[in-house]
Amino acid sequence: MASLDIDLSHGLRDLRLELTLSVGAETVALVGPSGAGKSSVLRAVAGLLQPERGRIAVDGERWLDTAAGVDLPPERRSVGLVFQEYALFPHLTVRANVAFGATSAAVVDDVLARLRIAGLADERPPRLSGGERQRVALARAIAREPRVLLLDEPLSALDAHTRDSVRGELRDLLAALRLPTVLVTHDFEDAAALADRVGVLVDGRLLQLGTASELVAAPADPFVARFTGATLLHGVAEPADGLTRVALDVGGSAWTIDPGSGRVAIAVHPWEVSVSRTAPDDSMVNHIRAPIGSLVTVGNRVRVRVGPLAGEITTGSAERLGLREGDVVVASFKATAARLIPLA
Amino acid sequence: MRRIFPAALALATVITLAFLVVPIAAIFLRVSPATLVDALGSEVARDALVVTVQTTLIAQLLIILFGTPTAYLLATRRFPGHTLAVTLVELPLVLPPAVAGIGLLATFGRLGLLGSSLSALGIEIAFTKVAVVLAVMFVAGPFYVRTGIAAFGEVDASLTDAARTLGAGPARTFGRIALPLALSGLGAGAALSFARGIGEFGATIMFAGSLQGVTQTLSLAVYEQFDVDFDTALAIGAELVVVSAAVLIVVKLVPSWRLSTSIFPTGSATSASS
Repeated sequence: MASLDIDLSHGLRDLRLELTLSVGAETVALVGPSGAGKSSVLRAVAGLLQPERGRIAVDGERWLDTAAGVDLPPERRSVGLVFQEYALFPHLTVRANVAFGATSAAVVDDVLARLRIAGLADERPPRLSGGERQRVALARAIAREPRVLLLDEPLSALDAHTRDSVRGELRDLLAALRLPTVLVTHDFEDAAALADRVGVLVDGRLLQLGTASELVAAPADPFVARFTGATLLHGVAEPADGLTRVALDVGGSAWTIDPGSGRVAIAVHPWEVSVSRTAPDDSMVNHIRAPIGSLVTVGNRVRVRVGPLAGEITTGSAERLGLREGDVVVASFKATAARLIPLA
Repeated sequence: MRRIFPAALALATVITLAFLVVPIAAIFLRVSPATLVDALGSEVARDALVVTVQTTLIAQLLIILFGTPTAYLLATRRFPGHTLAVTLVELPLVLPPAVAGIGLLATFGRLGLLGSSLSALGIEIAFTKVAVVLAVMFVAGPFYVRTGIAAFGEVDASLTDAARTLGAGPARTFGRIALPLALSGLGAGAALSFARGIGEFGATIMFAGSLQGVTQTLSLAVYEQFDVDFDTALAIGAELVVVSAAVLIVVKLVPSWRLSTSIFPTGSATSASS
C-alpha cells in the first residue's frame, strides 16, 4: 500500500508551519489562503526546502528525518512536482522536457500519447497555450514514474474555459495513477473536484481534514465554513425547546438543531437559502428581513445578497418575484441547514 | 519656450555625437586607406598583433574557465559575506588601471608578496607575456563575472528546482538548464571583457612593460609609435576601432532567450512562502 507520511515543523516568514499528514494512494488537497504555507509543504516533500524539524517517509523509506540526520537531495527523492507556472524548460522541445527525467524512451512516447501532446513533441514551450503547457508539465512529472505526485496550484494559471476541461482530465488521470498525491489550491471547488480528502491549512496549521462534503456539512471553524462558500451569522446561543436558539448580533434570532451555547457563528450555504416577499409561517424556518444588497446572475442561478446572508436561487424564481436591488425581502433557511460553530 | 526646448535637445545631441564621432573618423581620414594597410604590414604592427592575439585568447580562456563557476555560485547561493564577495569582484571595475598595475607588481614582482617565492624557484613573471595575461585578467575578468552573475541570476529558480526534482544532480542541472539559459548573457559578458582586455594599457605598461614582440600589445604599440611613426600608430588605431566596433555589434545582436515559460512574464514563479 503506497503511503506518504509527513511530519513537519518549520518557521516561515511570519508563521510556523506545523503539519502532520498521512496520504495513502489518494489525492489530498491542501487548501487555504495564500501565504498559509501550502507550497512550502510541497517544497519540503520534494527536498527543495529543508525544514527545521521533521520526518518525511514514502512507503516507510525515510527521505527526511532531521532527528537521524537523514535528508535526501531532491534528485534522489522520487517525486513528480508540477510547478504553479509549470517551469517548463524554454530552450528544450516538449519531447526533451518530458524526456528530461523519464525512466525510458518508451515511457516518453507512452506519456506523450496519454496526455495527447504527441503532436506537440517538437514544439518549444513558449509557443504553447496554457492548457498545453499544463499537460506538458504533468507529462514531464509522470514520465519520471514517481512514487509521489505533488501539484502546486495546477489550474490557477489557466483561464476559466480551459480550467473546466483540464480539471476533468486531471481528475481522470489522478484516479488512473493511484499515487499518493498532494495538491495545493486556494480554490475549494478545485479541491472538491480533484481530491479524495481536503485539508484546510491556515497560518501553517491544519484546521480540518476530511472529504469535501464533510467540510461542508460540519465545518470545524468559521474559516472552513467561509471557504466552502457559506455565509456566517454571529450571535449568542442558548438551548431552548430541544433546539438551540441564537440571538443574532444583527438583531432577531435563528434556530439550529446543532447543540451549543455562548458565542457562536451560524454557517449557511447559499443553496440552503430561499428568498420570498413575505415571511414563511413555519417556526422551524429562520428568516431575515433585509434589503437586497446585490443581484448577480451566474448561468441559470442568481446570487442574492440579503443583509448578511447570501442565497442562490433560480433565475425563474428571481423573475417571478421581480427582485431588484434595494427591495426589502425575506431570506429564509431551515434550522437543519444552520451549522453551529462555537467561537473561542 | 515651447520651440526652444526641442531645439536645445537636438543641438546638444548633435554636439555630443559629433564630439564622439569626429576623433574616430579622423583616424581613417588623416591618411589614405592604402597607407593604413601598408603600415599594418610593418614589423611593429605585426608583432603587436601577435602578442595581443596570444595574450587576449589565453586571458579570455582563463577568465571564462574560472569566472563561469564563480558567477554561478555568487548568483545562486547566499552565504555570509556574499555581498562582500560581489563587491570584491566589482572593485577592479572602478579601480584606476595604474593602481591595478602597481598592485600586480607588488604581488608578482621580484620583491612582491608571491613574486619573491616564485623568484626563488626561478620563475619570473613581471615583464613577460604571463604578466600581460595577468594584467588583462585582472582588469577585464570582472566584466565577465559581473555580467555572468546577472545572467545566472535571471534564470528562473523554479527551472533549476524542476531539474532537481526530475532527477538531475547539481552538475547536470548546471549543464543542461542554467548554462544554456544564461549563455547569451555570458556571451555578452565575454564580449565586454574581451573589449576591455584589448584596450588594456595602464596595468600592462606598469607590470609587463612594452617590449616589442614580447609584451607590446596593440594598445601599447599605438602609444610607442605615435612619436616614431605616426602613420603606423594611426593604422594600429584603425585596427583597434574595427575590432572594438565588431565586438559592440556582436553584443547588440546577441539574441535574448526567453528565460521563463511563465504566462505572466514579470510574475515570479514559485515562491517559498505561499
